[in-house]
This record gives sequence, C-alpha cells and structure tokens, in this order.
Amino acid sequence: MKDFEKMPVKEEKPNHPTITMTDGVLIPKKGNKRILSSWMMTFIGAIALLLFLIIFKADPYRKIFFFVIKGTPTTFEITIAAIIGAVIIGTLTGIGSVSNNRLITSLCGVYVELIRGIPLLVQLMFLYFALGSIIHMEGNIAAIVALSICFGAYMGEIVRAGIQAIPKGQTEAATALGLTKAQTFMHVILPQTIKIVLPAIGNEFISMLKDSSLVSVLALSDILKKGREYISRTFLSLQTMLIVALIYLIFTLVLSRLVGLMEERLHKNG
Amino acid sequence: MAKIEIKNVTKSFIDPDGKIMNAVKKTSLTVNDGEVVVIIGPSGSGKSTLLRTVNLLGAPDTGSILFDGVDITKNNADTRKLREEVGMVFQQFNLFPHLTVLDNITLAPIKVKKMKKDEAEKLAMELLNKVGLADKANSHPNQLSGGQQQRVAIARALAMKPKAMLFDEPTSALDPEMIKEVLDVMLSLAKEGMTMLLVTHEMGFAKAAADKIVFMDHGEIIEESSPEEMFSNPKSERTRDFLQHIL
Repeated sequence: MKDFEKMPVKEEKPNHPTITMTDGVLIPKKGNKRILSSWMMTFIGAIALLLFLIIFKADPYRKIFFFVIKGTPTTFEITIAAIIGAVIIGTLTGIGSVSNNRLITSLCGVYVELIRGIPLLVQLMFLYFALGSIIHMEGNIAAIVALSICFGAYMGEIVRAGIQAIPKGQTEAATALGLTKAQTFMHVILPQTIKIVLPAIGNEFISMLKDSSLVSVLALSDILKKGREYISRTFLSLQTMLIVALIYLIFTLVLSRLVGLMEERLHKNG
Repeated sequence: MAKIEIKNVTKSFIDPDGKIMNAVKKTSLTVNDGEVVVIIGPSGSGKSTLLRTVNLLGAPDTGSILFDGVDITKNNADTRKLREEVGMVFQQFNLFPHLTVLDNITLAPIKVKKMKKDEAEKLAMELLNKVGLADKANSHPNQLSGGQQQRVAIARALAMKPKAMLFDEPTSALDPEMIKEVLDVMLSLAKEGMTMLLVTHEMGFAKAAADKIVFMDHGEIIEESSPEEMFSNPKSERTRDFLQHIL
C-alpha cells in the first residue's frame, strides 16, 4: 500500500510559541510576583548574611571567603566553555532529532537517552578515569568535555522542542515561496528557534554552574575544591561550606534574574 | 501565460485513528490563463487539499498537474521553479514574525531569485504601495492587524512575480471589518489579469471576480459553472442546499 501523508492538523493561531522547561532554577520575572518576591528575599538574605560574616566575623569568615573565591575563575571558565560545547552539540542533536533521516534521528535519540540515564558524576569519572587510561586528558578538558556531552543531550531536547514549536505554516510559506529546505531552516526556522530556546539555554547555564561543582572530583580548583582544600587545612568544615554555599547561591540568583530580564526583553520585542 | 490543468488527481490522508481518508477523489479542473476560479464547498470537502496539490505543498497521490503544459508531478519536475511561478496566500497569513514587513517581502527574491538587496527593496516598496501599506515597511508582523498582515502576505507572494496565485481561505481568519481591504487587493489583482485559483467563502467576491465557480463536496467536484449559473440556477441538489445555507 502507498504511504499516505498524515492528516494535517489545523493549528490555532500560534503567534507566540513558547516552551517551558522545569528543570534547573525558577526564573524570576516581572509577571510572576511569587517567584520574584521569593527571589528578592533569598537574594537580600544571602547578601546580608555574607556581608555580615565577612565584616563582623572576620575571623575566620573573611579568610575563608578570600580563599574560596579564588575558585571562581575556574568555575566560570569550565561553565562557559562547556555551555558553548553543549550549545554546539545540542544544536546538532536537535536538528538531527527532527531530520527526515531515520538513522540520524535514532542516533540522536539514543545519545539523548543514554546521557540522560547516567548521572553526571558517573559520566565525569568515567571519562576521566576510564578513558583517561587510554587517552590522556587534562582534568579541565575532561570536565569540559563531560559537561558538554551531558548538557548537550538536554540542550538537544530543548532545541528539538524549539524547532517543533515553530508553526508548520512557517515552513509551508517558505516552501511556497521557493526557498530550499536549507534556506527555510537558516532564514525562517533557526532565527525563531533561537529566540524561543534562549531563556531555556540561560536556565541550563545556571544548572551547569551548579553542576560544575562536581568537577572538584577531578582535582580542579573550582569554588568547591577550594573550600575542601581549606577544610583539610583548618578543619573549619561548617564555616567553609557555609561560605561556599553562599557564593554559589548568590551567583545562581544573580544569573537567574539576568535570564528573567532577558526573557522580559525578548517578549517585549515580540 | 499561465494555465493550470489538474487531471484525475487523488489525495488521501491517514487520520489519527489510522483510517485512510480520501480527501480528493479523481478530480480534474482547468484554470485558463487570466482566469479567476473560485472553489466553494463545505468544510472538509477537500477544497484546500486540492488547492495545495497545485504547488505541490501536498503533492497528489495519483493523477497529474500540468502548469503551462508541463507535467509538474513527474519525478524530474523542477518543483522550486514551479513554486517561484505560483504564489500562495494562506488563511493564517504565515508571515515570518522575526522579520520586518520589508524583509518578509524581500527574503525570497533575494534568496531564491538572487536579486540584489536594493533592487528587491525597491520592488517591495512598490508592492507595499500597491497594497496600501508603504508606511508599515519597517514594522514587524505582530504590530499589524490581521487584514494588514494578509495584505503583506499577498505582497510577499507577488514579489516573486508569479504567473498564477493560489489563495487558501484568505479572509477566513479575519475580523469582518478587515475582510474588505483584503478582497479589494484581490479584486485589483483579478482585474490586472492574474490567473487565480481560490478557496473562499466570500460569495460577494466570487460573484464580482470569478470566471468560474467550482462546488466541491466529499472530495469531488459536484458542479462547475459561471457565477451567474451557479448562484441563480444550480444544477445539483447538494449545491442548492449548500448555497441556501450560506447566502
């Protein structure tokens, strides 16, 4: 029997396609008073507590802070490099997931399922120790590769959802105008997808910043590793971990508000 | 020259339950050069499906479509060339929301026809003047009303200098007060001698502009005649029934 097309489904005017991703952090936006006010309270609380400790309890907190904060560049270097890697992998995976080629679609599907089913910490150790015995890899390269591969899978799902959120009429209009598939993708689908997935990518960046603390097992001097170094020298576990937690919290809160602002802007510009 | 010949075309779909639905059954229809042909009929009668076979957005399962005598349903047919020559306007406008009105119109001429940017923009401005929206060139689609969006969509299709135009229920998604501005643009196109095939519920337009009206039901053409004939003296019972309900 001949393969017939699927019945076309009439779409309701989807002028503002959006996708919601619930993993990661809550994004405080103007529209959501509840999240915005809890964000505000947490943020002010965290800053106040940190300042209080550093100023009024200088011993040991000021020392701890200035020691631990030295891990920031490593944390951010790894996070930024890995998010770039994840965006590249995710874009390719996302495009592959909607491809007409069954082989490519299955490959992308297997990759996503495989990666999402293995804890990041296991992936990190696997790459560093297991593969490290075959190919020598610097700790930071291993960390960036592992984080890229892991988050690339999530990113792939975001990009796929983003592409599929574009109304079918867009492709039809471009096709009817004579644009090739590649031109349609480049000039019509991709620019709209970017706009849709940008907030979700921001969200992933924040998740990544938090999960990058796992790389401290690879002997990289990120914020957490710096904290552990300090503990092993001074045995001030509680105090040190308090500072480490506050630093992560403040970074995460600032970033989530930035993502919120970006979303507000994107919506304003249609 | 632009002549569209639809010959014994069939098109089926698989509905969500896995059943095969024959949307268009062995249908033939000819649109001669400069003619305006309007397809009417109840919803689900296969009007849009038939229309969409013409530029192969939904290629027919069997049968053939000849554009200027060339069979475009053959495997080696130049589909893109066909789509350059046949413009299409959709019910939901389908403007590109991330581009300005001007860029919406110039995208295809630049990318497909390799036209120079300033040349394409000049053409776009001429077309915007024609549809009365020159002042909206730098707006984004979401800043326009439905009627304005549809007029831009018509200008966008015209920018490819098509030999024929397809309209798929161009006014169905519009508020009543905006229908006229779109129909006026379509009327002026018809007067200029554009070959047009339309699916519409606007009987006023059909009366004023159509050379031929085709009534479709259940995937078949039931009746095909001039507007006067169709509206004053429909031959088939089903046509009469349908017209009674909408007029």
